[in-house]
Amino acid sequence: MALKTSAVPFAGTAEQEARLKEIIAEHKDDPGALMPILQKAQEIYGYLPIEVQTIIAEEMDIPLEKVYGVVTFYAQFTTNPKGKYKISVCLGTACYVKGSGDIYNKLQERLGVESGGITPDGKFSLDACRCIGACGLAPVLTVNEDVYGRLTVDDVDKILAKYN
Amino acid sequence: MIKTLDELNAVKAKAAEVVSTRVEHKDSGVRDVLVCGGTGCTSSGSANIIKALEEEIEKNGLKDKVNVIKTGCFGLCALGPIMIVYPEGVFYSKTEAEHIPEIVEQHLKNGEPVKKYLYSETVHEDGSIISLDETPFYKKQHRVALRNCGVINPEHIEEYIARDGYQALNKVLTTMSPDDVIKVITDSGLRGRGGAGFPTGRKWQFAKASVNEQKYVCCNADEGDPGAFMDRSVLEGDPHAVIEAMTIAGYAIGANQGYIYVRAEYPIAVERLEIAIRQAEEQGMLGDDIFGTGFKFHLGLRLGAGAFVCGEETALMTSIEGNRGEPRVRPPFPAVKGLFGKPTILNNVETYANICQIILNGAEWFAGMGTEKSKGTKVFALGGKIHNTGLVEVPMGTTLREVIEEIGGGIPNGKKFKAAQTGGPSGGCIPPQHLDIPIDYDNLISIGSMMGSGGLIVMDEDNCMVDIAKFFLEFTVDESCGKCTPCRIGTKRLYEILSKITEGKGTMEDLDKMEKLCYYIKDNALCGLGQTAPNPVLSTLRYFRDEYIAHVKDKTCPAGVCKSLLSYKIIADKCKGCSLCSKKCPVGAISGEIRNPFKIDSEKCIKCGVCMSNCKFGAIVKG
Repeated sequence: MALKTSAVPFAGTAEQEARLKEIIAEHKDDPGALMPILQKAQEIYGYLPIEVQTIIAEEMDIPLEKVYGVVTFYAQFTTNPKGKYKISVCLGTACYVKGSGDIYNKLQERLGVESGGITPDGKFSLDACRCIGACGLAPVLTVNEDVYGRLTVDDVDKILAKYN
Repeated sequence: MIKTLDELNAVKAKAAEVVSTRVEHKDSGVRDVLVCGGTGCTSSGSANIIKALEEEIEKNGLKDKVNVIKTGCFGLCALGPIMIVYPEGVFYSKTEAEHIPEIVEQHLKNGEPVKKYLYSETVHEDGSIISLDETPFYKKQHRVALRNCGVINPEHIEEYIARDGYQALNKVLTTMSPDDVIKVITDSGLRGRGGAGFPTGRKWQFAKASVNEQKYVCCNADEGDPGAFMDRSVLEGDPHAVIEAMTIAGYAIGANQGYIYVRAEYPIAVERLEIAIRQAEEQGMLGDDIFGTGFKFHLGLRLGAGAFVCGEETALMTSIEGNRGEPRVRPPFPAVKGLFGKPTILNNVETYANICQIILNGAEWFAGMGTEKSKGTKVFALGGKIHNTGLVEVPMGTTLREVIEEIGGGIPNGKKFKAAQTGGPSGGCIPPQHLDIPIDYDNLISIGSMMGSGGLIVMDEDNCMVDIAKFFLEFTVDESCGKCTPCRIGTKRLYEILSKITEGKGTMEDLDKMEKLCYYIKDNALCGLGQTAPNPVLSTLRYFRDEYIAHVKDKTCPAGVCKSLLSYKIIADKCKGCSLCSKKCPVGAISGEIRNPFKIDSEKCIKCGVCMSNCKFGAIVKG
């Protein structure tokens, strides 16, 4: 199986690397440290490309395979950068029975990307998520920190227009 | 730092004054305005409400007369953002920032509630205002796990202490032996609220019996069932209840370290837990010498990273250890060999939320609620096609009909009830004929569903049950960890057959094949999640076989959901020839002459439904 690498070239800075190494040094002896370190690394870089995984493997003195295995297991870890505006459509049950599937399809069509994808200009990325817990507002989607609720398919264009 | 019961009671007495306006409706000349800061209301804009309130209060010079308090979830998420004003206890719903100046001026300044913004159920026709507890939504509820949610400020430990907080821990450490604690929990009949319903006391007993210097207490806050958010609401609204209960569990089994594994998707819950742990440490409720008894207990947070399988106990522990969250074979059970290979107990958030109340009120009090084999109360997250979406806590044994029709307010838009889904991807769909069954662990299993963590999604006649089964299987395929073959490959095959059926390509043999495969997966999957993954298929096959047959034999989708089986038609008699539909059609499939009936070219039609939703004359139908 080929490694999942990103199409976007890695552009990490020396500063980011220094911060990451500091965090690793601080936590590497905690029990079960890999997950918290990966979470911090994703905060620093925004995603976890193979280059970052390599730094973590070397600094923690564990095989890259182990790091890669954990990164690709969890939905929150991403090996691809996210867009400037990160759109997540809730496909939890409460939202789904109220039609969030249609909203998701419309977004895929409008943005021309599939789940987990990013538009070529880096502006929008699209993900499906499982229940953000705002079931009272179903169906919902989020754009970065903004939550949009009680949606219909017709709202999709209006929402995208706000960010264009 | 609190060291003794007297010191705890001193803090309690002082803080009791603060919360008395809310709890006893005591008029001390100062008003408390409680604004829900749970995820639901935050999403509908409660932060703006708080900001507007603070500005207006400042402007009106009411700073000494009004406290604005951000609380956890009140439960009635459908009406958010929610705001309650005490001592009156009046309930403002769907509050908007524009309403605030009027509310501050008329109510907070001049003492006259603004009736037009109050929750309509609380205002009688004659203008009198009733208390929230008397509304249909709250009347039948009984709050044990949620008792502090929406009452206290979860970021102030003193307010928790005012509500008997840390009294149970003091009682346990100073007057009870670990065996006494386990006996009370066992006698109460408390069963795990995470889904499987294992008796909590027995779990603790096993872990206590394991001899080891190092043991762990874990809390499962990886609430992954889509549509379930009760654990999040407890953590957001009453985090100390979980911390105190875990410390008690530590004492009972002989553990000094605990971990709370919480979903990273719950940022507000994570933040409040961090604050609560810090405050508990500062007050000595966590630490090396709790209440001067020498008992030591520390608590750490671990964030999940979006894997449903980590709600399974062995997978959760594997994940805390820093690995791929794959389950492992049991036995050995966690009580013998759990986290880092040491004896461990893992309970769910809602289970812990009951513990302190059981210790304080006694096993008999708790066992007095519920049914013969399911004691106490259960929190449900009501969602889907129902008026009052939100959180409700009812005694076990309440019927589904009471929950859906009375508390939940029934189904909107005059639609007909079709099914209630409980137990998330591990549960099943309950048809109308079972609405009067009392809800408890065993009854739900007997009708092919399960309690699960308490998500309760209501579906109406517009939901297709084959599509719902497919939805859940898509979820399971996506979330299967891949370790065992029956789940990894079996659920994928189930999903493929379901897709085939929704596309109108299914055969009657497929239905039999699917059923056989379901039982194979149930019998052979490694973990609880794999074993229950076929439940959505089995329960819909059992109760809604007609719908499957309609898809297979008649090639129709009775609910009008499955796109491949739909066609849109224009009823010539009703069409006025306004041409709106043809202008809106994204693929140019509709044509005709103005003022004459239009036609849809079914070859070109992509079945998006835009024409139907735009037609002003109801001339377009699907079927």
